[in-house]
Amino acid sequence: MAQVFVYLTHSNGVLDDAAMELANAAKAISSSPATAIVAGSGVDAVAASAAAIFGNVIKVDNAALGYPNAEVVRKALVNIIPKGSVVLFAHSTFSMDCAPGLSIKLGGSFVADIVGIDGVDGSCLKVIRQELGGEVSTHVNVDISAGSVIAVRPGTFAPDETRSANGVVTDRSADIGDLSVKRKFIEVQTPEAGEVDITKADILISIGRGIEDQDNIQLAMDLKEAIGKGAEVSCSRPIVDAKWLDASRQVGTSGCTVKPKVYMACGISGSFQHVGGIKGGYIVAINKNPNAPIFQVANVGIVANIVEFLPVLTEKIQAL
Amino acid sequence: MEILVCVKRVPDTAENEFVMNSAGNDIERDDLVYSVNEWDNYAVEEALQIVEKVGGSVTVVTADDSAADEILRREMAMGAENGLLLNDDAFVGSDCKGIATILKGAVERGKYDLILTGAQADEGAGAVGGMLAALLDLPYASLVNKLELGDGKLTIGREIEGGKREINEIFLPCVLSIQTGINEPRYVGVRGIRKVASVEIPELGAADLGIDVSSVGAPGAAVKKVDYFVPVKGEGAEMLAGSAEEIADKLIEILKTNGGLS
Repeated sequence: MAQVFVYLTHSNGVLDDAAMELANAAKAISSSPATAIVAGSGVDAVAASAAAIFGNVIKVDNAALGYPNAEVVRKALVNIIPKGSVVLFAHSTFSMDCAPGLSIKLGGSFVADIVGIDGVDGSCLKVIRQELGGEVSTHVNVDISAGSVIAVRPGTFAPDETRSANGVVTDRSADIGDLSVKRKFIEVQTPEAGEVDITKADILISIGRGIEDQDNIQLAMDLKEAIGKGAEVSCSRPIVDAKWLDASRQVGTSGCTVKPKVYMACGISGSFQHVGGIKGGYIVAINKNPNAPIFQVANVGIVANIVEFLPVLTEKIQAL
Repeated sequence: MEILVCVKRVPDTAENEFVMNSAGNDIERDDLVYSVNEWDNYAVEEALQIVEKVGGSVTVVTADDSAADEILRREMAMGAENGLLLNDDAFVGSDCKGIATILKGAVERGKYDLILTGAQADEGAGAVGGMLAALLDLPYASLVNKLELGDGKLTIGREIEGGKREINEIFLPCVLSIQTGINEPRYVGVRGIRKVASVEIPELGAADLGIDVSSVGAPGAAVKKVDYFVPVKGEGAEMLAGSAEEIADKLIEILKTNGGLS
């Protein structure tokens, strides 16, 4: 069985929670202990946290890794990870930047955003993925005989909470070689405060593609007015991409994380990027497609065209 | 600037409800509506805007069978000067690495300053751009939602978690994957499509591209789809039934109980 490495991300000196999930993902692939990799600048504390979860931790400390520029990290990893290894990442904007190219440089296979592992049969790793925005799933066989890079969707595995690994930290900073690349990190920009703060609302009327037309945004605004205090209008990504609503109203991993009392997903299919921004509350899903993935996570579902249904609801609430 | 944009023909999620076929191993594909991958329209638009500023030309390329002719023409109707169809029986069943290998062949036949892909397509992998860059030994950045031209380099913004943007400088030539929202893709009307209807689109196979057929297609694929299934709706929502009015009444009770509606 190939050796399993787990690349751990961290920010502000704190290990990301995904580390504990990846520990369980590694156990689903191999019974041999996985080796964690922590790269960065001044990462002793992070490596120590990793050593509570993993028996072996490789530390790579270099000023050039102060910000995880994927081009730099990939170059370092190629010099540290032996060919033929299985390498796990948490699926994220970083893994999308780093992992596909790493698989080419290591000469193995690559599979992104897996949502389950069904087991290993010789050199065949059986995984589950989703396609078409989560509407259908696939069983996928991954040949790991020449190694593999695998990105695991956050939440796929329960966190390994044991934290008693007493792992050994090995410093491999001297082995990473030349880190010069043709891409230079400049800065991270945080979005300016927008027109509303949807994180404060008790009831979010959240609209997606199902609203069909810019003029129909008013239907959601009317419902918000009818409900009154505590209600606000939010949306999914396509509405912001179309410039129909301000980016401050976007819910999802690339927008706001919200925790209202009631989240009304109106005409939102429910991609994991969107659902990832809903951290609690009672979820009502209204969608004309009965197979929309949003119904998997909602408490209550309504199969309806929101353009027709929202005015009925608004009128009833106005009459209260 | 010479720009190559890699595009893909995909089932349109807005136009289809996906159901399983009778064998239960694939989605029913007979009546699917296909269109160009949404992300690719943003990539083509970005390429066109660059060429409008500094000159050059945009080529759209896809690795697919002849059915993809229509999406190449759609992108050409947007303004891409050239189309390129990479079509060979040996390409069927390629995984992401196979597609990247085929595209590499196309890149090496031209002289491109910039290669763009959509950030992801129907399979949600977002892998081909990064693989292509690595195969070509070019710098890469994914999820680009802002692009400014510089001298021999670009300043780009990457969309990262929490609505933040990671700013980088990247040297040309490079490969970028383009995120939606970076621009507003131009409208393509029937007239525009008609104008490019008779433009010849060169078709290239494995031999033309110098590709070893054992590295692509099903034989070269290390990642193989076994079957499709629809996730079990076990813990799904309690579905409300009745007329719109009845459902609205039930929903109002829910809003009162859970949301503090008064």
